[in-house]
Amino acid sequence: MNNQRRNVLKTGTGAAVLGALAAAGIIKPGIALAEWNKAAFEAKSMADTLKALGAAQPADSKDVQLTGPDIAENGAVVPVGVTSAIPGTTMMAILIEKNPNALAASFTLPAGTEANVQTRVKMGQTSNVYALVKAGDKFFLATKEIKVTLGGCGG
Amino acid sequence: MSMNRREFLQVLAVAAAGGMSLHSELALAEKGAGKLYDLPKFGNVSLLHITDCHAQLNPIYFREPSVNLGFGEQFGKVPHLVGDKLLKHFGFKPNSIEAHAYTYLNFEKAAETYGRVGGFAHLATLVKRMKARNPGALLLDGGDTWQGSGTALWTNAQDMVDACKALGVNVMTLHWEATYGEARVKEIEEKDFAGVVDIVAQNVKTADFGDPVFKPYVIKNMNGVPVAIVGQAFPYTPIANPRWQVPNWSYGIQEENMQAVVDEARAKGAQVVVVLSHNGMDVDLKMASRVRGIDAIMGGHTHDGMPAPVIVKNAGGQTLVTNAGSNGKYLGVLDFDVKNGKIAGYRYKLLPVFANLLPADKDMQALIDKVRAPYLGKLNEQLAVSEGTLYRRGNFNGTFDQVIVDALIKEKDAEIAFSPGFRWGTSLLPGQPILMEHVLDQTAITYPWTTVSNMSGEMIKTVLEDVCDNLFNPDPYYQQGGDMVRVGGLQYTCDPTAKAGQRISNMMLRGQLIDPARTYKVAGWAPVSEEAKDAGEPIWELVARYLRDVKTLKPVQLNMPRLKGADGNPGIAL
Repeated sequence: MNNQRRNVLKTGTGAAVLGALAAAGIIKPGIALAEWNKAAFEAKSMADTLKALGAAQPADSKDVQLTGPDIAENGAVVPVGVTSAIPGTTMMAILIEKNPNALAASFTLPAGTEANVQTRVKMGQTSNVYALVKAGDKFFLATKEIKVTLGGCGG
Repeated sequence: MSMNRREFLQVLAVAAAGGMSLHSELALAEKGAGKLYDLPKFGNVSLLHITDCHAQLNPIYFREPSVNLGFGEQFGKVPHLVGDKLLKHFGFKPNSIEAHAYTYLNFEKAAETYGRVGGFAHLATLVKRMKARNPGALLLDGGDTWQGSGTALWTNAQDMVDACKALGVNVMTLHWEATYGEARVKEIEEKDFAGVVDIVAQNVKTADFGDPVFKPYVIKNMNGVPVAIVGQAFPYTPIANPRWQVPNWSYGIQEENMQAVVDEARAKGAQVVVVLSHNGMDVDLKMASRVRGIDAIMGGHTHDGMPAPVIVKNAGGQTLVTNAGSNGKYLGVLDFDVKNGKIAGYRYKLLPVFANLLPADKDMQALIDKVRAPYLGKLNEQLAVSEGTLYRRGNFNGTFDQVIVDALIKEKDAEIAFSPGFRWGTSLLPGQPILMEHVLDQTAITYPWTTVSNMSGEMIKTVLEDVCDNLFNPDPYYQQGGDMVRVGGLQYTCDPTAKAGQRISNMMLRGQLIDPARTYKVAGWAPVSEEAKDAGEPIWELVARYLRDVKTLKPVQLNMPRLKGADGNPGIAL
């Protein structure tokens, strides 16, 4: 495994590393400061969230891929990723149906960005997880059930 | 009560010489003894497979399940067949040596006739015979090898590591091994196993960057044929077992990565690709239907001793799926005939290891005796005598688990007791003394602490529903491969065909419905949370104390749930 990379990140504070990455031009500060859709993040249900995002009736699409575990190893940090093969993807969001607020993350993609994001989300219980993608003025959806279990009792 | 091998053969000889009409089982055993292990050589690639021996170095008894239910797409399919349904499916005769090897039928009588099964010294003899048959043969170990006995626990798995090296294991994958902690697994890999045994697992990555923790696969050259062995560790290790024991490792099924690894192995010239898997058989069957380019998945975890492979069709052709049972009871032998870079044919046989029919290998026996010597006093303490059969395996309960929950209720003065649905653990015949070793066979883990908690009725239902979904979720990728949590004190109704959260109903305690709002005193053991470390005395001490008091253990009453939706299911015989 890449111990050098791990050690570099361990010794640096988070901010310093981010600063270094920014200085190296790997992360552009502006990207992280995209417009904050308050109404969407505060919406409770899936339906209200989709409405707040202006995505009332997204279409299921095989060009959107949602990756994540079938059963979460730790509900507090569930690794989830979204990729989109739809040209002109400008926004990708992750929604968790049974969370108190369905919208867990939203990414704005500047033109020319590869539509591939990964993050960690928190889940209190087994739920369908949705990847919502915007391309042009259309919305597309992919879904996957991620189970959150109490653990123990395995063979 | 049980004969050693020499006595056994003498009985056969005397009976035959005297012209007596032989007891049918004995006659069949004699006939079988010659035929059973006489496997003609086939092809040029030979893979020998052991899995889930759970650290049983000596021969033991092991009762196969009478309850192994499958529903939906798994209804009535391998491995969800028990007893005569299993015999019929695989074409074995009732009362044959095979009937005893693969089913629970007539267990007590047949176990006395045929004697103990497994044991590394007897297994070593069989492995040597199979390697003599095809000198290039590789020995694969599917994991759950380092855990399950007192000596494995006390030697920190060293007894099993040494025994596996002596047995000639070439490649292994993991599950319970990880409960010794990341550092110990890596120590064994880097020191004991260096240059001898490859640990493979494509689905174990570091939790931070997703870097591989083990080699995903190895390519071995066998009689001129490059053979790839891809590892698949138990995907839910950090969920089913304590997360804190593997804090930096992330698992999961990782189907896409499996495809990538298989493609890479093919690109590097592998003419045969075999996955050494600890997924469990239902997960293996689903994976085989979705991943292309795997010739065989040799599986374990669910302890299904399946005499023939399941052939699964997929976009890349077909994949054989096998499962080689548990407790050292079987050796799987898979032969391929590879011609011009392509597989022209295969043979598979799951050989039962009958200790009476295979002489002990002297070197292996010496190694076993040496490692056990310092612990014999402790292991051989007689705690009680059992009047009934004691076993664990079954979807809902086993008599040994009943003893454990009965002991927990009594010793902890609890209303309800839970015991995990483990599938390992040896069996005892009626009249056999229960030794400390036998209790350890059911309990020897690195997080053995007993717990007492106050749980609301609602929480009790949540626990039962959660575990039930791990067993009966219609999608195998959401199953964890253990059995239902064993319950003492509480009666309930279970409908495995219902949706998650709606399978458990009618929970009763002493004739009264469980009140969701009331608090109940619940005893248990094997907690997975780090906070529960050292919660209470190890379970084996509690069970031993209980048994010493009981002295003579009457046949125990199984607390079975009332089942709905299981009528006519060939996975149950009651």
